Amino acid sequence: MRKVVILGATKGIGRAIARQLAERGDALFLLGRDPSDLAASARDIEIRTGRADGSIGSAPCDLERADDFAPALDSANTVLGGFDTVVVTAGLFATQDRLEAEPDLARRLLTADFANTVVFCEEARRRLLARGGGTLCVLSSVAGERGRKPVILYGAAKAGLTHYMEGLDHKFHAQGLRAICVKPGFVRTGMTAGLPTPPFAGEPEGVARDVVRAIERGKPVVYTPGIWRWIMLVIRMLPRFVMRKIGF
Amino acid sequence: MFGRKGETLSGWGRAPVVPGHEVRSEDLARIADGRPLSRGLGRSYGDSSLPAANDREVVSTVLADRILSFDADSGVLRAEAGLSLDEIYRLFLPRGWFVPVTPGTKFVTLGGMVAADVHGKNHHKEGCFGAHVTDLKLRVADGRVVRCSPTVERDLFRATIGGMGLTGHILEVAFKMVRVPSPWIWQESERMPNIEAFIAGLKAAGPDWPMTAGWIDCVSGGPNMGRGILFKGRWATAAEAPKRPPRPKRRFTIPFDFPQFVLGPLSIRAFNTLFYWKHIPRVKRRIVHPESTFYPLDMLWHWNRMYGRRGLTQHQCVLPNEAGAGAARRFLEVLTARGGASFLCVIKDCGPEGVGMLSFPRPGISIALDIAVRKDTPALIDALNECVIKEGGRIYLAKDAFTRAEHFRAMDPRIDEFQRVRRIWDPNRRLRSAQSVRVFGDPA
Repeated sequence: MRKVVILGATKGIGRAIARQLAERGDALFLLGRDPSDLAASARDIEIRTGRADGSIGSAPCDLERADDFAPALDSANTVLGGFDTVVVTAGLFATQDRLEAEPDLARRLLTADFANTVVFCEEARRRLLARGGGTLCVLSSVAGERGRKPVILYGAAKAGLTHYMEGLDHKFHAQGLRAICVKPGFVRTGMTAGLPTPPFAGEPEGVARDVVRAIERGKPVVYTPGIWRWIMLVIRMLPRFVMRKIGF
Repeated sequence: MFGRKGETLSGWGRAPVVPGHEVRSEDLARIADGRPLSRGLGRSYGDSSLPAANDREVVSTVLADRILSFDADSGVLRAEAGLSLDEIYRLFLPRGWFVPVTPGTKFVTLGGMVAADVHGKNHHKEGCFGAHVTDLKLRVADGRVVRCSPTVERDLFRATIGGMGLTGHILEVAFKMVRVPSPWIWQESERMPNIEAFIAGLKAAGPDWPMTAGWIDCVSGGPNMGRGILFKGRWATAAEAPKRPPRPKRRFTIPFDFPQFVLGPLSIRAFNTLFYWKHIPRVKRRIVHPESTFYPLDMLWHWNRMYGRRGLTQHQCVLPNEAGAGAARRFLEVLTARGGASFLCVIKDCGPEGVGMLSFPRPGISIALDIAVRKDTPALIDALNECVIKEGGRIYLAKDAFTRAEHFRAMDPRIDEFQRVRRIWDPNRRLRSAQSVRVFGDPA
């Protein structure tokens, strides 16, 4: 049984991961922006798994407020009696057009999806290493695989995050840290609700199954749905003059 | 908005197919704002969950799927509208709880179950799903969030049960679950030689069996017309049931659209004959898997592809008891006379009319035909509907894609009361669907 802290547990992929871990019998602590939303998600999981009312703890933690991070992880530590797994699914998203038109939004997104995510992971990493290791699973994106027209800023933040996760794996693997970098392709969540659905779109439940399996196996890099590994392989190999022409 | 060229939506029957797309969020009340219709898992057959001609977006409820409370004493479960029956089945049946009423697929949402006021094999005992709903939370057309129940805003409640999502976006549903003695079903099935014997068998089984339904061969005519297999069931007691829990059934996928001849007249005739004669001996009694009882077709993933690219429609009607025992035969004769053939034909006796203003069932015999869409399908549906009108019956909107407005009105005078409630809550007809434009004459 794992003791898991999930940031972004109330929505989308995070919600699905939390449910699946709970159904396996793991102990959970939920982090998210909105306290009443957190309470509803905790109750949902308790009822689904037949657990007592109030047995799943939660604390507000906003990826845009780095001051939240340490206290949130501390309260998770207290409630769970130490944790061995941290999952980060929270993040901001906006289309490239909007980000180009709204510099403030761009700054917020870059801060939340890269700088603050890394700061949160550092807090988590220190705590995991202090107890002799553990699993840090972070949702990056296939958008970080190559600079592309529709996801220049979002993709840049995710590329930074992917590199950070790879570095963690290289440096701390021997000390027992399992750094898992998940690269979802297009997933039909609320985050992508405004976008046209491309082929090979995934559902949150399927992505969560892949993530839970990767956490179990300590797999450092996961593409999900799996076909996106091959799609991105092709994209990475396309020459620059082609990338300038196409809209992908 | 973004360019969303080429995206289309359709119901389970894949006819019609209309331009449009779903908008998803966990926060239903927010995305419902300004949008004309909510849609769950899209298992209604025709255009019930499709946007009207000038609309493009419908709200998808599937991400709003949290269970909000469950009281193990009263059995009342409250959940967001997108929670699927599949999840309820998976989570609660092993714990000895189940929904009081289930339709023939578990890939439906609670919101959809309310909007269509679904019925099941136990209709003659338990009525529709709506009879077990204790409370609803709706986002009505003007943006207010309103609670309604059998005692609060009763008219809105009654119009929403079976109201095809046209009274407001259903946000939350509370209903009473039931205790079951085991997750297994004790089933008795019996071959029936013709439609008259079949209906007599259904009526005779009603008082003793909580679940009844049947499959009939609607290809054979004359003395064999309406022969088939009658299924009677009840939950197995703990003593009868196998000790192990029922394992999830293996799922097979129909990988692509079958060509049209696969479900042609010859194969339909062969299938119907085989299905009838493979039931040996005449009466079988056994313990069966709950999925085999309730959801036999859910094991065939994408089974609608068997009907080819042009899709299928289902015609489900109820012929009232007052029409007499001959009504079902007269109805089937209309079908066979036109050379219409149905791969699957399901028959069930219905109990009393429910709380919903537009709920489908009424005391009588319900017949559901799966029909591959062809050039002459609209004419066939017209002919079937004319027979239904003559017998004093009505059709089920959740299955329908072809019924004319004047036919529906002739079958269901309750439409006036339903429209009166809609006028109060949505005077400008902001909530609408392709079906409400077609059948109720809403502005497109």
